[in-house]
Amino acid sequence: MSVRRVMGTEIEYGISVQGQPLANPMVASSQVVNAYASATVKARRARWDFEEESPLRDARGFDMSRQVADASQLTDEDLGLANVILTNGARLYVDHAHPEYSTPEVVTPLDIVRWDKGGEQVMYDAALRAAQLPGGPQIVLYKNNTDGKGASYGAHENYLMRRSTPFGDIVKHLTPFFVSRQVVCGAGRVGIGQDGRDVGYQLSQRADFFEVEVGLETTLKRPIINTRDEPHADPDTYRRLHVIIGDANLAEISTYLKVGTTSLVLAMIEDGFITRDLGVDSPVSSLRAVSHDPTLQHRLTLRDGRTLTAVQLQMEYLELARKYVDSRLGADADDQTLDVLDRWESVLDRLERDPMLCAQELDWVAKLKLLEQYRQRDGLDWDDAKLHLIDLQYADIRPEKGLYHRLAQAGRITRLLDSASVDAAMVDPPEETRAYFRGRCLEKFAADVAAASWDSVIFDLPGRESLQRVPTIDPLRGSKAHVGDLIDRCETAEALFTALTR
Amino acid sequence: MAQEQKQPRRSSETDEVTETAPETDVAERREALDGDIDAILDEIDDVLETNAEDFVKSFIQKGGQ
Repeated sequence: MSVRRVMGTEIEYGISVQGQPLANPMVASSQVVNAYASATVKARRARWDFEEESPLRDARGFDMSRQVADASQLTDEDLGLANVILTNGARLYVDHAHPEYSTPEVVTPLDIVRWDKGGEQVMYDAALRAAQLPGGPQIVLYKNNTDGKGASYGAHENYLMRRSTPFGDIVKHLTPFFVSRQVVCGAGRVGIGQDGRDVGYQLSQRADFFEVEVGLETTLKRPIINTRDEPHADPDTYRRLHVIIGDANLAEISTYLKVGTTSLVLAMIEDGFITRDLGVDSPVSSLRAVSHDPTLQHRLTLRDGRTLTAVQLQMEYLELARKYVDSRLGADADDQTLDVLDRWESVLDRLERDPMLCAQELDWVAKLKLLEQYRQRDGLDWDDAKLHLIDLQYADIRPEKGLYHRLAQAGRITRLLDSASVDAAMVDPPEETRAYFRGRCLEKFAADVAAASWDSVIFDLPGRESLQRVPTIDPLRGSKAHVGDLIDRCETAEALFTALTR
Repeated sequence: MAQEQKQPRRSSETDEVTETAPETDVAERREALDGDIDAILDEIDDVLETNAEDFVKSFIQKGGQ
């Protein structure tokens, strides 16, 4: 009924080794993760527990055969790549050829921003630590999604949903929302086409890499709606909607609105509140057409015959969401839900009048404004290397070099959180989900935790022959309210385990 | 609630004429942009990688998810 739900993000970072363009990115990614782990993880390093992973389970009700799957889809095989679970409940690891950070499970959009930004700091810290090792490489990380030469890497969102919601309803009502939401949460990109062969600016880093409407893949034939069905929770009650279409955002308000508005739309779908068909013709080509028009004038043709701009289509969802929150919650609506609605409305209203009015809040506009300033001052065409450089360096996560960071430090981009709160999220877990239990166990009993995952913490307790697995199948249990006092009170992992299993 | 006063603008062919921003807005924006430029671009100039062409050419990533 609100923006609240169990959710998280996972970001693959672009990686380069300074002065070594041919450096092996898997090795460099491992160096980043291992450097952070060695410096921060106490005692032993807990393994990732793969038992509950099923990346080939399809939400439409079947499993893909392991034989026909692409090797990149077999994410449940422990390849020995660097992989660490942090005291904030997050996972820092190497996925394919990129270092990746998955936030702990949280329940509000602002907490997504907090732990997503905390992850950015973890990555920055990790690269610094890797450079300090003897002979350590100077690694630079980028929070973006493409090299502009044909390669793309993801920024995924995960939303816990009710299993009872028909998947067809999700596809029907979420597809037009995803085609249009890039006007709010696109990260902006110089170059058109997967390999950037055409010149120009577009709203989204990812739009050109999406080729089908619905599917299981994430690394090829990317679908607007991904069907991976791996709930990391009771599968009879929940599904986890795995969203792969988003851009990695630097701007806090972009991330906040991306997740907050999506969560609200999912709530409306779960409650059967959307009765109108807002479907658009040719979603895949429409997705690109919207992205390729930074004037925001492109008109989508809806199945009901109307033609709307993407901003106007977002306004339809906004209007529905206002009515929904009003009718279900009325005066009891929580502050963050109302704040998401207000900011969403304000941003759409200004995008409709003049997109540049959102340069303080949205990544794609902030980046475009900077690019336009350079074009104006230096007379640059869109194919100028300097504009491509600005696009890439906007996403450099180093505070002294990254252009997003420079703009934010100069007060030209609005922040939602102060730096102290983000720094705390590098080490402290969120308090409202099982991530609290996982994180506190690693913080207090690292020597006795053999493995952990979203679904479990596995203890290796002195004097016990076998490992002891504590399942954490309910994402909302293991919160501070449930186990905070208990963990505070227990001097040893044995005492905690005994208390939990008594 | 406040939002009720402001109905999202619907598309229809007849609405199009209102969607073109008046030229004064554009002029004002351009002026504001001009004033902004020097300060921030000087700062960005200082941190931009020096050889844009080389940098962009060597930024090569492997595909991911």
